[in-house]
Amino acid sequence: MKYRTRLSLDILFKIVFKGTGLLVLALLGGILAMLVYNSFSFFMDVKPLDFITGMEWSPTAAIPKYGMLPLVLSTTLVTFGAMFIAIPLGIGTAAYIAEYASPRVKNLLKPAIEMLAAVPSVVIGFLGIVVLSPGIADLADLSNGLNALNGAILLAVMALPTIITIAEDAIHAVPKTYKEASYAMGATKWQTLRKIIIPAAAPGIIAAVMLGVGRAIGETMTVLMATGNASILPTSMFDSVKTMTATIAIEMGEVPYQTTHYFALYAIATVLFLMTLAANMLGEYFINRFRKYHAV
Amino acid sequence: MLFKSSKISAVVEWGTLLISTVLVCFFLVVVIWEIVSKGAGQLSWDFITKVPSAGMTKGGILTPIIGTVMLTILTALFAIPFGVCCAIYLNEYAEDNWLTRTIRASIRNLSGVPSIIYGLFGLALFVQALQLGTSLLAAGLTLGLLSLPYIITTTEEALMRIPNSTREAALAVGATKFETIKDAVLPSAMPGILTGVVLTLSRAAGETAPILFTGAAFYINNSNGYLNQEFMALPYHLYMLSTQHQSIEEVRPIAYGTALILIIVVFFMNLTAFYIRFKYRKSATEM
Repeated sequence: MKYRTRLSLDILFKIVFKGTGLLVLALLGGILAMLVYNSFSFFMDVKPLDFITGMEWSPTAAIPKYGMLPLVLSTTLVTFGAMFIAIPLGIGTAAYIAEYASPRVKNLLKPAIEMLAAVPSVVIGFLGIVVLSPGIADLADLSNGLNALNGAILLAVMALPTIITIAEDAIHAVPKTYKEASYAMGATKWQTLRKIIIPAAAPGIIAAVMLGVGRAIGETMTVLMATGNASILPTSMFDSVKTMTATIAIEMGEVPYQTTHYFALYAIATVLFLMTLAANMLGEYFINRFRKYHAV
Repeated sequence: MLFKSSKISAVVEWGTLLISTVLVCFFLVVVIWEIVSKGAGQLSWDFITKVPSAGMTKGGILTPIIGTVMLTILTALFAIPFGVCCAIYLNEYAEDNWLTRTIRASIRNLSGVPSIIYGLFGLALFVQALQLGTSLLAAGLTLGLLSLPYIITTTEEALMRIPNSTREAALAVGATKFETIKDAVLPSAMPGILTGVVLTLSRAAGETAPILFTGAAFYINNSNGYLNQEFMALPYHLYMLSTQHQSIEEVRPIAYGTALILIIVVFFMNLTAFYIRFKYRKSATEM
């Protein structure tokens, strides 16, 4: 090949590569523009305050009500329930893998957790219907087990791999010298873990939890299939709930194009976007703090 | 005395952590056992080669299998070239300036965006604005966008592991920067890139939320997989059979069979990725 052709190919591909980088910016920009534009259209019809503080979501009623609180509360309830289960289990497992497991056990556990992460959410939701729901109905004496508790347990299963992997990395990254110093003072393994290693790994563990929260808030299929989808203000874990993601999934298929209801779903999506963004950014903040702290 | 009690408590403490680990593994075992034990009876040659019939209460799941395969191929065609090129830009060309930092921040944010929002974006952009309609193409493009940030991240990690000496050697014998990347950097990074690509595609194959509004259909009567038509897909088929079908109990065995096939596909792709990673590690240590 001629030298000039080679040079122009070089320049051409530099531009192509840079172009794809800009495409990513365009993608995020496009998503933001879509959310903002449609939410804005929604707020032309409905007052933002009514949307944010409304206690009732009934967009198909004779006098439609677009209050997002039942949906946000549902999402929050299911997410907190999931974290209540996933945080102790996740940190316990991460600590076991990082501190106690032999290399052989570790080599079995890590792929197992990756496998759990690979199970599609629709399969987890299906198991919620066929296994967990009858179980909960029996135990709690309900007509069916499609409620917030069901969704919370399933979301915990889905968030666990994220939490375990990141928390384990954080625990693993704590300098060995900390541990040795603690042992030298006569501390037991457990005391070292609780008083030295976990506090030192805390920012990383908090990051793990926040990323797990982000995953749980944004999860659609599992909650759509397992929580019953009644749009009421939930009062307990045994109430059926309709999360923000499930609302979008159910109602987007039915609404006419560019009606108030259609725009309302984009407004819900905007709130959802902001919630996951906040969780992920907090997670990232703590990861960076952890990295800075342990950069030797 | 003191020594003895501390020994007991050490066992108890170890036990607590062990129990949480065992519980997590138990979840995985329940998932696999339930699907395999109840789905295995469904598996037969007919199940994967016949189209659904009699209102989906009989027949196989050929149509959703073809839909998912086509969808995954489309996702790959779209996401791999763009993802790999973007990773090359970030790792090989980009200077540390505000533009690069913004692109990196965007990628991190995009990978956290819920998949249902990608579904909405696909609906607004591909189905409505670009007039593709609810179709295989629109859904494939939507899943391609969803996969983009993961492919960029994993490819960049693979590129980062290539030592600078590889680049310097190529540049020293007179290769241009592009030739260095094409002939020296990419070939050595290939196993790492492939691992990331296969893992990402296995995720995309199992996704349901992004295809809800962009083209997945409850039932279509042909298994052609045309780009401009609606399609059936395995995850969506499972969702429909378990929640929307008019005789849910009757189709439950087919739902189990679909779940099993879906899990087999996804796990097979994951194992392929593990295998590539394992082989690559081995050959890297031999060097």
